[in-house]
Amino acid sequence: MSSSAAQATATRIFSVAVIGNPNTGKTTLFNALTGLNQHVGNYPGVTVERKVGTLQLDSETRINLIDLPGTYSLAARSPDEMIAVDVLLGQQQGAEKIDAILAIADGSNPERNFYLISQLCELGLPVVIALNMMDVAQTKGISIDVEKLSATLGVPVVAICANKGKGLPELRAVLKQTVLDPKVPAGPLPHFTDAMSAEIDALRADLSREGNKLKRDVNRLEAFRVLVDKGGYAETRLEKVLGPAFRLNLEAHRQRASKNPLQAEEVRVRYAWVKQVLADSLKRPASPPPTHSDAIDKVLTHWFSGTAVFALLMLLVFQAIFRWARPLMDGIQSLFEMLGSFVSSHMAEGALRSLVVSGVINGVGGVLVFLPQICILFFFIAILEDCGYMARAAFLMDRLLSKVGLSGKSFIPMLSSFACAVPGVMAARTIENPRDRLTTILVAPLMSCSARLPVYTILINAFVPDTSFGFGWLSLHGLTLFAMYGVGIVVAVPVAWLLKKTLLKGETPPFLIELPSYKFPDTRSVILRVFDRGKAFTVRAGTIILAVSIVVWALAYFPHSPEIAARFDAQRKALKKENREKLASQIAPIALADLENNKSEVGLILAQAAAIDAVRKKALDEKGITEPVEAPAEMTPEQKEIEDQTGRLTAELQKSSATLWPMVLEIRAQDMALADGTAGLDKAEAGQYLRESYFGRMGHSVESVFKPLGWDWRIAMAAIASFPAREVIVATLGTVFNLGSEENEESAGLRSALRGATWDGSSRKLFNVPVALSIMVFFALCSQCAATLATIRRETNTWRWPLFSFTYMTVLAYFAAMIVYQAGMYAGWDKL
Amino acid sequence: MKTLDSLKPGGRAVVKGVSGEGSAVYQRLMEMGVFEGAELEVVRFAPLGDPMELRLHGYYLSVRKAEAALVTIEEVLP
Repeated sequence: MSSSAAQATATRIFSVAVIGNPNTGKTTLFNALTGLNQHVGNYPGVTVERKVGTLQLDSETRINLIDLPGTYSLAARSPDEMIAVDVLLGQQQGAEKIDAILAIADGSNPERNFYLISQLCELGLPVVIALNMMDVAQTKGISIDVEKLSATLGVPVVAICANKGKGLPELRAVLKQTVLDPKVPAGPLPHFTDAMSAEIDALRADLSREGNKLKRDVNRLEAFRVLVDKGGYAETRLEKVLGPAFRLNLEAHRQRASKNPLQAEEVRVRYAWVKQVLADSLKRPASPPPTHSDAIDKVLTHWFSGTAVFALLMLLVFQAIFRWARPLMDGIQSLFEMLGSFVSSHMAEGALRSLVVSGVINGVGGVLVFLPQICILFFFIAILEDCGYMARAAFLMDRLLSKVGLSGKSFIPMLSSFACAVPGVMAARTIENPRDRLTTILVAPLMSCSARLPVYTILINAFVPDTSFGFGWLSLHGLTLFAMYGVGIVVAVPVAWLLKKTLLKGETPPFLIELPSYKFPDTRSVILRVFDRGKAFTVRAGTIILAVSIVVWALAYFPHSPEIAARFDAQRKALKKENREKLASQIAPIALADLENNKSEVGLILAQAAAIDAVRKKALDEKGITEPVEAPAEMTPEQKEIEDQTGRLTAELQKSSATLWPMVLEIRAQDMALADGTAGLDKAEAGQYLRESYFGRMGHSVESVFKPLGWDWRIAMAAIASFPAREVIVATLGTVFNLGSEENEESAGLRSALRGATWDGSSRKLFNVPVALSIMVFFALCSQCAATLATIRRETNTWRWPLFSFTYMTVLAYFAAMIVYQAGMYAGWDKL
Repeated sequence: MKTLDSLKPGGRAVVKGVSGEGSAVYQRLMEMGVFEGAELEVVRFAPLGDPMELRLHGYYLSVRKAEAALVTIEEVLP
């Protein structure tokens, strides 16, 4: 019974650890028992999530279920794997003492599953065994006599089907009985040789003499793992504290314990035990009957059909995160834009409004915009994992990724990163090996995500010659885009290889993975997984992203000198004065008196003319015509119809307004000129603020750094301002080149502004093909995404890796961009 | 002595020994039930020729050829 059991409320709380092999339906069982009463945290110093769920048995008894990572044995080889051992031994920092163990085993594969159970039965804790997937066992012709097995083991055994909810009431009852009346396993335990047992005790005695160095007691079970697991983490951890002398002593103990490898000895003894305890209760046919799962596998792992299905599935996943998420993302974005303009119109102008609109609302919007992609990707991952396909995908793809030192499990995170690195990094969670997982997390952001596409599009359209070759099948535009996507992949290969050879060096993780039987995915688990990932991203990565957005807003906003506002206000006033004077002088010859006499009538006609314009604009928008052409010959039939209609309405209005019409035309012309002029000044003002902001000053001061890349201070500043989120480059370029921030990658305005831009104080063109390529390569490789960095921080539980990711990608991007520019200039591409 | 990676799909064998003591692969092979005396069958190879799929103790296991090379076997003729 735990010390927390006696509470003032008389509710007794117990802690039960849930543990089992991977693919045994542990998560499904955990979800079925606890529902939404789950809390996810982190164990200090490792990437393992600490998931605790509550199971309220009755008003007086509650169990905190602690979900431990799926494992095949307690022989840990990494800090992450050691967590389960330490939690079970009651020595894990930040975890409560365990009152009992709920071991879940795959009833259709009892032999291997009971290997772990043999280790669990030795811990001196009450054990409850849930035999899951008894329906699958049946199709394999396997039958297990649960009562007999329970009697042999001296441990309660409950047959369940977690996904159908079968056997759960019994399991709850057994759990309650076990925590209220705890009994350790009564059956026979694995019997190791006397020499081995003696050495475990001797090693433990040696270790107790090191008490002042270790500052803790090493219990017998940990001593067992230290002795047996050669190269394991239990040994490494002690060696770190005790030094090399400890290893020598340990080897001596091992020599005395057995002349055979101790690991083989452990396995031999445990499998013999498994055979013995299952002997009376397990019945398995001599030759297994063919199952549906085998039939499915014949297709899904076949060299041709398997590869084809895999390719189609990946295409589906990719399409879903790339395209299907789009409408939802656009929806979220426009929602936040609406919120922004609502707040803008209801708050007084100033720093506070700018902070709320540009910092907070944009920041929160910038977080939530990723949610559709994350939810869709994890929806697919949850289904693929739950039904058993994920292991096959890894099986099919392993060869490809093993060349760079990774495994087939890295494929889906990498692929997802082409849509967005944030879900990609989160998907790396499916890789158990910490070094493989970290390598994947570090190279995933090199894949060209959807946010890079606008940058590529605008620069390619503006600067790469639009030539086709290969009978018009290949265009230079398409080829350049392809090359940009290729850059990331090509660079990722040596980076991954280098990481695995240096920083993340270590033994190659085994690729011994089980290919579990196919089953129907569990709806509850899929939904919970999606919900869980979405929440984890929003809450924990979200706070960091929000903070970054606010900092960036401040850098782009301040010092916000009032002198600029005063200057532009004066210019706006002067413009208006000039415009009104011009209008008066134009109208004077017509008849100023007429205007005075017919003021209300003129106003009415102006309003009608404005209404006609509005109708035209709406009709054009509906047909998707963003840039209407002037010349009738080039008009599409749709546009022609709209223009004709507009012409008819205008002619009618002209007829009815008779002599007042010339005056109306003049007023309209001058009003439009004024509106254009004011908008131009507004944009210039925004550009001026940005140039004089801290960002702008940075751009100026680092211009010389970016000179070798062919950039001037404006490009440098736009690139620096894009570090939090690379997609803002398009808007930033618009602002810097005085076009306002409403630009998108298809706007002709930005394209021609970029084409016309020259170096400060000279007529030399700023942009050419090498410059455009250098910018694109920079964007392809640079770490310009606060969301990704925040996600890496969340997933690795330390700032070290996001910092590393940021540094290596940025340095790489800089030099790659420089090489591309210099090579391009040398090749004479600037004349293209 | 023949090693596991030399088997063809459909081939059956009994494990005679595993080398590489102290390595992660050795340990995992043991835990997954690939130890002296275990019976297994090669089901298929992945489309790119590696890894291979085994059937043992009534379940399916994927093993890279390099890992399978650590396992010495005696082939069982059908």
